[in-house]
Amino acid sequence: MDLCQIHVDRCKGCELCVEFCPKHALEMSEGRNAAGYHPAVLAHPDLCNGCALCAEMCPETGIEIYRRQKRARQDATDQG
Amino acid sequence: MTTAMNQQDGTNRTPDTEQLVDLKCVFERPQALSDKPFHYCPGCSHGTYHRLIAEMIDEFGLLDRTVGICPVGCAVFAYEYFEVDMIEASHGRAPAVATGVKRSLPDRFVFTYQGDGDLASIGMGEIIHAAARGERITVFFVNNGIFGMTGGQMAPTSLLGQKTTTSVDGRDPRTTGHPIKVCELLSSLEGVAYLARVPLTSPKNINTCRKYMRKAIRAQTEDVGLGLVEVLSPCPVQWGMKPGDALHYIDETVVKAFPPGEFVDKLESPIKT
Repeated sequence: MDLCQIHVDRCKGCELCVEFCPKHALEMSEGRNAAGYHPAVLAHPDLCNGCALCAEMCPETGIEIYRRQKRARQDATDQG
Repeated sequence: MTTAMNQQDGTNRTPDTEQLVDLKCVFERPQALSDKPFHYCPGCSHGTYHRLIAEMIDEFGLLDRTVGICPVGCAVFAYEYFEVDMIEASHGRAPAVATGVKRSLPDRFVFTYQGDGDLASIGMGEIIHAAARGERITVFFVNNGIFGMTGGQMAPTSLLGQKTTTSVDGRDPRTTGHPIKVCELLSSLEGVAYLARVPLTSPKNINTCRKYMRKAIRAQTEDVGLGLVEVLSPCPVQWGMKPGDALHYIDETVVKAFPPGEFVDKLESPIKT
């Protein structure tokens, strides 16, 4: 699963997420969504580090961000 | 789609089910925000400000005792987007309605959401007197310097020289006056507990806005006085700019006329959160 989940049908194509992505992982799609906009898509999932700047700038709250849990620290707290 | 990509990538990635266990959602829709898609134009900061207010309601645990007052203007349908009780006020009269709600139900958190055509134009009298009386309400004020909903007419907050549909040669101070700076205007009133202005133009400024909104809410919950946060919002459609360019325009031009910062802060203790 990608760290950045874009709800394509909420997108209005304002391109703010593309502009503010520091890793340039997002691009505008050639296709259209249900409302007729060109939605943003995560074109390079391998570049995304889940910094959430795109989600912060999205006026539609159309982006969810997931991050990997730190396994080592979790294990340490479990043990003691 | 993801599975196919994993196969293309090679072997380093674990299957989807195991990854799901490792992944934690760190950014999602706040609980106080409804699922309805916003009706605002692409790139408009109203949606961002709605989200921030919903985040604050969640953060302060006010979901079950919040009453919001909607304005007339672009945000006239704001009651559709919050999972709290909302009242639609007459044009500019949101602070007066909020006064009545807060005085009859003092345990509720009462906020108004107003644009510049609502608060700085027709409702200027209401906000000044609510501030002078020191009503325990929180005002979330959106300043985009134009009447967005009615077609881009000149607003009281339009900049000098700004071209709108009713000032096609740019705003001329000899005939149409100067922009009204609401925070500076209200800062002389004793009843105001917190006043701040911030442009919603970058993730950093959005975080600053969160900080200011926490204080404006505490001004009410700690019974100090009226709290107001003014955000400088873009109106890409009526300004005739791309959303990204409109944000740069705010950072370069609008902040010179409307300097960001805290104007009044009568809260005593430092912020707890």
